[in-house]
Amino acid sequence: MVRYTLTVVALLALAAPARAEIDFSGSWASINHEDALERGAGPNPADWAGLPFNDSGRAKALAFNQSVISEPERICWFQTQWHIAAGPFSLRMWAVPDPVTGRVQAWIVGAWETRAPMTIWMDGRPRPSKNAPHDQTGFTTGVWNGNELVATTTHLKAGYMRRNGAASSDQATITTHFRRHGNLLTATMFMDDPVYLTEPYILSRAYNLSTNPVSIGGPPCIVGDEGVESGRVPHYLPGDNPYVGEMTKRYGIPVDALMGGAETMYPEYRDKLKDKFAMPGKCAINCGG
Amino acid sequence: MRTTSIALMLAALAVPSVALAQRGRGAGPGAAPPTPRAAAAVDLTGYWVAVVTEDWRYRMVTPAQGDYQGVPLTPAARKIADSWDPAKEAASGELCKAYGAPAILRVPGRLHITWQDDQTLKLDTDAGQQTRLFHFGSWKAPGGPKTLQGDSVAEWEGGGRGATDGSMKVTTTNLKAGFLRKNGVPYSENTSVTEYYEVVTQPDGSPLLVVTISTTDPEYLRTPFVISSQFKKEPNEAKWKPSPCSATW
Repeated sequence: MVRYTLTVVALLALAAPARAEIDFSGSWASINHEDALERGAGPNPADWAGLPFNDSGRAKALAFNQSVISEPERICWFQTQWHIAAGPFSLRMWAVPDPVTGRVQAWIVGAWETRAPMTIWMDGRPRPSKNAPHDQTGFTTGVWNGNELVATTTHLKAGYMRRNGAASSDQATITTHFRRHGNLLTATMFMDDPVYLTEPYILSRAYNLSTNPVSIGGPPCIVGDEGVESGRVPHYLPGDNPYVGEMTKRYGIPVDALMGGAETMYPEYRDKLKDKFAMPGKCAINCGG
Repeated sequence: MRTTSIALMLAALAVPSVALAQRGRGAGPGAAPPTPRAAAAVDLTGYWVAVVTEDWRYRMVTPAQGDYQGVPLTPAARKIADSWDPAKEAASGELCKAYGAPAILRVPGRLHITWQDDQTLKLDTDAGQQTRLFHFGSWKAPGGPKTLQGDSVAEWEGGGRGATDGSMKVTTTNLKAGFLRKNGVPYSENTSVTEYYEVVTQPDGSPLLVVTISTTDPEYLRTPFVISSQFKKEPNEAKWKPSPCSATW
């Protein structure tokens, strides 16, 4: 009887919907064709078009002064996992097996310079208390949906969504969907932040499998004196951000659009833009090629 | 007891085949294979709206002449892009150059995806009023002149066994030359496009269509140009707003 029962249990296990897994191991070279400037040299200041800001998110961004990262306290201000989507870097991924069972305990997305590694726990461990410490790494769990790996990251410190002052809060949740098509990887990322956004901010990025190993770290960050007066926090008071309007001069885009908001993400917003947009002259800076 | 256990074992073995049959993939020996429509690895049908969070400046407004940031152009292509003249384009009568298969999913607008028949998925756009046909099975291109949307062959990848990870791979050839961006960034008639259409689940449980697009052009691109576009599902056609192609907006 015991033998038959065990057999039935085994067969039922086999018959259950597959928790399929696919191998994401390897070095994935980032294809920075979209948002190339933003992810590379950095976005234009005061350009938040396409970001679903709420008023707090916009106000926080307008107060941002790039010199804050010259403060000794923030020189080594590491980025959160959102840097995967917003930065230019390639990924290196590998699986960590449980030493006893051999089952995958975690997937690691290796670090790159200013981003800590992402450890995607696959062993069903519980999420820490909401009162547990937050850091730039956060806490990430993963589940398989067939061959799709879905990673959910919480417990993040405040960080950024766009490297020109668009901030993320410590209440943000990042969800990342990894999908592989042969040598092509697509990572679709959702930033869900109830403090600064009215709806999730979505970015999807593509990577090519590479035989060149991607670095999984970088030189250590060393705090130094960059001349910022002690006790001073660089910022702009409301109405004082000198970069508002710069994109309008350069690209003819109205300021309203550059201030972001969910409506700027959708096609019908072009109806509002049409009469305010001025076709820019020949490209003079950051033209690509 | 032994009979009961055997029955349980048989029932357990039957579970996956029932599940597959419900997906249209469980035809027994001798039975006709399921149609591509019945065997769909993912449901792409419905109305979808573009979510423009990426390359905003190149999509929501017309970029400057000579701005091809991010596109791996050859020197010959840069020369063409540098000579783009919006007034001449508008007067040319060919207003849809930026609405061809390599670029149409970057145009802010809505998609309507339906099954034209059991072998053919149809994608309509309201912006530019374009139609793409994705042919499954043993479909062969009829030949003939190159067109804006070219000839597209589709196949399903993945999916099944309760997962929602399936995708549609589309390969498009026989394309007429056009623009990757509204400001005259060119692709040649030797271009081919490979796309992966898939649906991911948003944090609120609603579907998001993600299309990864790889454009290969030996004439004007140094490497394949790879981008991905997102679309949220809409409940109906209420916001469908057909508009003609424009060469300058």
